[in-house]
Amino acid sequence: MTEEIRQIIAEHGRLSMDADELTPNADLYHAGMTSHASVNVMLALEDHFDVEFPDRMLKRSVFESISAIEAALQELRAEPAVS
Amino acid sequence: MSVSVARDQTRDQAFMGAVIRVADEVAAPNADSVDREARFPIETIEGLREAQALSAFVPTELGGGGVAFETIAEACFELGRRCGASAMVFAMHQIQVVTIVRHLEDADWFEEYLQALAREQRLVASVTSEVGTGGDMGRSVAAVTPAEGGMRTFQKQAPTVSYGAYADDLFVTLRRDPDAEATDQVAALARKDQLQLEQNSSWDPLGMRGTCSPGYVVSATIAPEQVLATPFPRVSAESMVPVSHILWSHLWLGIATDAFERARAFVRAAAKRSPGETPPAALRLSHLMSELSLLRAEVSSGLTEFVEASDEPGRERLGTMASALRFNNLKIAASEQAPRVCQGALGVCGIMGFKNDTPFSVGRHLRDTMSACLMVANERIHHTNASLLLIAKDV
Repeated sequence: MTEEIRQIIAEHGRLSMDADELTPNADLYHAGMTSHASVNVMLALEDHFDVEFPDRMLKRSVFESISAIEAALQELRAEPAVS
Repeated sequence: MSVSVARDQTRDQAFMGAVIRVADEVAAPNADSVDREARFPIETIEGLREAQALSAFVPTELGGGGVAFETIAEACFELGRRCGASAMVFAMHQIQVVTIVRHLEDADWFEEYLQALAREQRLVASVTSEVGTGGDMGRSVAAVTPAEGGMRTFQKQAPTVSYGAYADDLFVTLRRDPDAEATDQVAALARKDQLQLEQNSSWDPLGMRGTCSPGYVVSATIAPEQVLATPFPRVSAESMVPVSHILWSHLWLGIATDAFERARAFVRAAAKRSPGETPPAALRLSHLMSELSLLRAEVSSGLTEFVEASDEPGRERLGTMASALRFNNLKIAASEQAPRVCQGALGVCGIMGFKNDTPFSVGRHLRDTMSACLMVANERIHHTNASLLLIAKDV
C-alpha cells in the first residue's frame, strides 16, 4: 500500500522533490504539496482504493505524510462498508 | 484554550457597556471626519484603551479582561453601527489577540507579551498579505532568517498594512526559514522598537478610509521565541481565518444595521408627515428588512458554530475542509449581503440618503461595506471553495 500511495503522491502531489525520496513520515506539505494539490491526492486515493474519506478525515493532519494516509486508509478498510 | 469557558456575565456586560459608551460618545460623532479626512480614529482607539478593551480577550490570569469571544464579536457589531473604520481597527486587533491567546501553548515570551499588552493597552496590526503571493495568505515569500547573536530577521513587502503607522506591534506571517516552501509558514510577533516600516504607497480609498492601510516594506530583528510554535497553517484554520470572518462579518452587519435604521427613521418621518397613509418607501423598507434578516442569520449561526467547535477537545472540527467551507461561506455571504442592504437603504432614503449631510446619509455605509468583498478577495475564496467542494462530503 505504501508504494501505491507514494505513486499517487508522485502523480498528484506536485512536490518540489522526488516522491521516491520521501520517508514514510516526511511532511508532504513541507515538501511543497499545496492545499489544492492535496485535494487532487485525496481524489486519486479515493478512486484508486475505492473508498470515501468522511468529512472528519478531510483535514490536513490525515494527509500530511505517507504513513498518516496509510493509517487513514486502513481505518476505513477496517470499518464495515456502508452501502 | 476554549473561547467560551467560564463566561462571566457581569464582566461581559461591563465590557459591553464601556464599548457602547465609546461607540456612542466618541466613534459616532467622529465617524464623518474620520471618513472625510481618511484619518485614523485615534480618539475612539484611545477611548477603547481607557476602557481596557484592547486586552478584553486576554485571560484574567495574564491581566486581561477574560471576556468571552461572543462578546468581542458583539462589540465589533456595536462599533460597526457607529463607525466602520473604528470597528475594523478594533476587529483586526482582536483577531491577532484571539489568535495568540488560542495558540499560546504556555510559551513564556507570548504570556509576558500578553501581560504587557494588557498593561500598556498595546495595539496589534497584522502583516499577512505579501507582494508575489497572488493574494494567497497561505503562502509567504519573506522568511525567518538567522542573524547575529542568535536573533532572527525578516523583510516583507506588504501591499497593505492596516493602521501600520499607529500599531504598537505587528503579527507577521513568514516562511519558517530561508529554505522552507512558500506554504511552510509560521507567525511572528514583532514589537515596535524592533521594527522598521517604510511606506511605499498612498491611502486614498473609496471606503474604510480611517483604517489607514497603505503598503510598507516591513523589516525587523526579533528573538526566536517571538515566533509562534504552532505552524501557521494550523493557526490559520483553527483561529485566524474563522475569527477574521466572524469578527469582520459582525462589523459589516453593524454597518448594514445602521443603514437600515437610517432608512427606517426616514420612513417614520415620512409617515408622521402624512398620518393615516403608509408611505411608499415603507414597502421598500419591508423588503430591506428581509435582506437584513438573512445577513443577521448567517452571521449569528457562523458565530454559534465556531464557539461550539472551539469547545470540542482538540478543536478537530475546525481543521476539516467542511469547516473551512463553512467559514469561507460566511465571509462571502456577509461581504456580499452587507453592501446590498446599504444600497437598499439608499433606495429607501433616495436623495436624502445620497447626500452626505443628512440624518439619513448612507454613502459612508455603502462605501465602507464595499471593501468587504476585497478583504481577501471573494474570487480567491471561491477558488479555494471550488477545490474543497470536489472532496468534502456533507457541506
